[in-house]
Amino acid sequence: MSREGTQSDNIAAAAVAISMLVALYFVLIAVPNDAYQGPVQRIFYIHLSMWLPTFAAFGIVGVSSMLFLWRRDRRWDHLATSSAELGLLFCTLGLATGCIWAKPIWGTWWTWDPRLTLTLVLWMIYAAYLLLRSLATNPDQGAVLAAILGVSGVVDLYLVNRAVYWWRGIHPAVVVNKGGGSGLQDPMMRITLGLCMLAFFLLFSWLLRLRVRTARIEDDIDRLRHEVLSAV
Amino acid sequence: MLAILWKDLLVELRTKETLASLFLLGTLLLLVLSFAFDPSHPLHEASAPGVLWVAIIFSGTIGINRTLLRERENDCFAGLLLAPIDRGTLFLAKAAVNFILLTVSEMFLVPLFIFFFNLPFLATIARLILIVPLTTLGFAAIATLFSAVSLQTRAREIMLPLLMLPLATPLFLAAVQTTTALLSATPLDQVSHWFKLTVTFDVLFLVVGWLTFEYAVAE
Amino acid sequence: MPLALQLADVSRSFGRVHAVSSVSLAIEPGSATALMGPNGAGKTTLLKLCATLLTPSAGKIEVDGIDAARDGGAVRARIAVLGHDSSLYGDLTATENLTFTTRLHGIDGSADRVRGALDRVGLRTVGRRPVRTFSRGMQQRCAIARVLLQQPRLLLLDEPATGLDLAARGMLHELIAELRQKGTTILLTTHDIDESLAICDSAVLMARGRIRWQGSIRTEMRSDLEARLRAIAEEIR
Repeated sequence: MSREGTQSDNIAAAAVAISMLVALYFVLIAVPNDAYQGPVQRIFYIHLSMWLPTFAAFGIVGVSSMLFLWRRDRRWDHLATSSAELGLLFCTLGLATGCIWAKPIWGTWWTWDPRLTLTLVLWMIYAAYLLLRSLATNPDQGAVLAAILGVSGVVDLYLVNRAVYWWRGIHPAVVVNKGGGSGLQDPMMRITLGLCMLAFFLLFSWLLRLRVRTARIEDDIDRLRHEVLSAV
Repeated sequence: MLAILWKDLLVELRTKETLASLFLLGTLLLLVLSFAFDPSHPLHEASAPGVLWVAIIFSGTIGINRTLLRERENDCFAGLLLAPIDRGTLFLAKAAVNFILLTVSEMFLVPLFIFFFNLPFLATIARLILIVPLTTLGFAAIATLFSAVSLQTRAREIMLPLLMLPLATPLFLAAVQTTTALLSATPLDQVSHWFKLTVTFDVLFLVVGWLTFEYAVAE
Repeated sequence: MPLALQLADVSRSFGRVHAVSSVSLAIEPGSATALMGPNGAGKTTLLKLCATLLTPSAGKIEVDGIDAARDGGAVRARIAVLGHDSSLYGDLTATENLTFTTRLHGIDGSADRVRGALDRVGLRTVGRRPVRTFSRGMQQRCAIARVLLQQPRLLLLDEPATGLDLAARGMLHELIAELRQKGTTILLTTHDIDESLAICDSAVLMARGRIRWQGSIRTEMRSDLEARLRAIAEEIR
């Protein structure tokens, strides 16, 4: 690894660390309590920040899957896998924080809110993607099969979105609308939200970069090992 | 392509294996789900559309795996892959066969469903005559593609539903919503958006399947 | 006239296993070539590549001058494969299986022709029985009948004589001879040196995915061939 590479790595890591610390400071200390919801509301900022990485990751999986099928360049596959893993992680955290927030506020663990439902379906697609890769009888082919799923998922997403929203549209809202990210009157809250989202998105990007690099190295090691062992 | 259709249907006629399992499994699910909802409870009627589609989709998922699995005996699939047709056409042929099989089984399941839930016979058939085949088409497309995908994994039986069902969410929701509305005699134009969704889904997955089937069956 | 089969630097790997590495072959039309070598040499993989059942990781394959990657359908229209598995549908009768193949390949599948093919392999009386009830020898004969109907320009055989009784084996050799007379090119994999000498006029010896030797062969070269094969087997141990 070149010195420049290491240097840019350090800068990236530092940026992520700083933004996370700042965001956490705001979330935990600086921002005032929500008038109605109390201190529990703070987890809301983190919850919402999970959305962007989750959907960004999904988009990346879809696009890189498509490119992988088309070009068969293994780097697209690395990107797709890494993105899927991180996407699953952020999706899980998003769902979990959502539930934690919902229980004291709404009194229920789960609602069939369209966004939640969509996220859950997304989670299942992510999980299926990773399971498919691990259960394939031939790892190379597993990458291709997963790519098919990736492509299907992303083209399907719009339809899932529509379907889920229409579904909940017919029934009266079970709980008060979550406020869609707005409904935060206090400018301080909006700042906090913005900072939090930025911090987590940087975290996601940084982790993605690391993970892709790891995948590439693993691939190289594997290839070298086989070359050495089969040299006759 | 017609040749494949002919052959598959002929095999099916001989053994009636897939049709039988589709129908029996579907009936079983209808039964079990009816147990799940107490018939005297008003919830029973409201659950009817859901019950129907769960039965169709789950029995379909398991049944469709069979058609592709059968090709593995004697490596007949190689015979198909050696045909001078491209893989996309092969996909369409297989999807068509699955569509026909599912539709035939539905022709038995839907009357049974009407019977269990005490619905007006002809009226129900008339109302559902559009949505059932449209949904089945999309289902056949996605199931054909992913049964080919799941055949190359170690846990075939689990993989197919796991892969298909999250993706088929729009299809399923559309089917149930439309069925609910239609059964309560809602005019068609109120559910037209669901129809459009279903048709979009059908077209989308027929295209995706047509384009990616060659990757799904490669080794 | 274009080569019946041409491979240019073809490779194929499964995961990290290089089943075929940088293989180049030029096979003249009307010739018969034996592909030999120890197990795991990549013979079957190579055959599957030629049949477009697999796509190469690298390199180009041409059948009758047609690029397999560009126009797989046209390539498949010219070839027939006889492998371990009969690729017959157990629940259908022999006649139905054959008719299916003709329809699938768009060739003349009239009842007479199908009957004629079954007759030639001695299966006329059992034409209406489901293939499931056939012995392996009978199934292979049915597969031979299928090849007769297809009249391919290139015939690929994967250890075809395995598990065949003498009668069926004789029939197989007859089929190959007959097709060769009509100008079909033959490529077969085998472990049996005598078989390769009897049927083929050239051989390609492979090991670990690479070609170790290729050239024309004649009956006098038997001991020579045997020695080569043994040497290769030793080398990779």
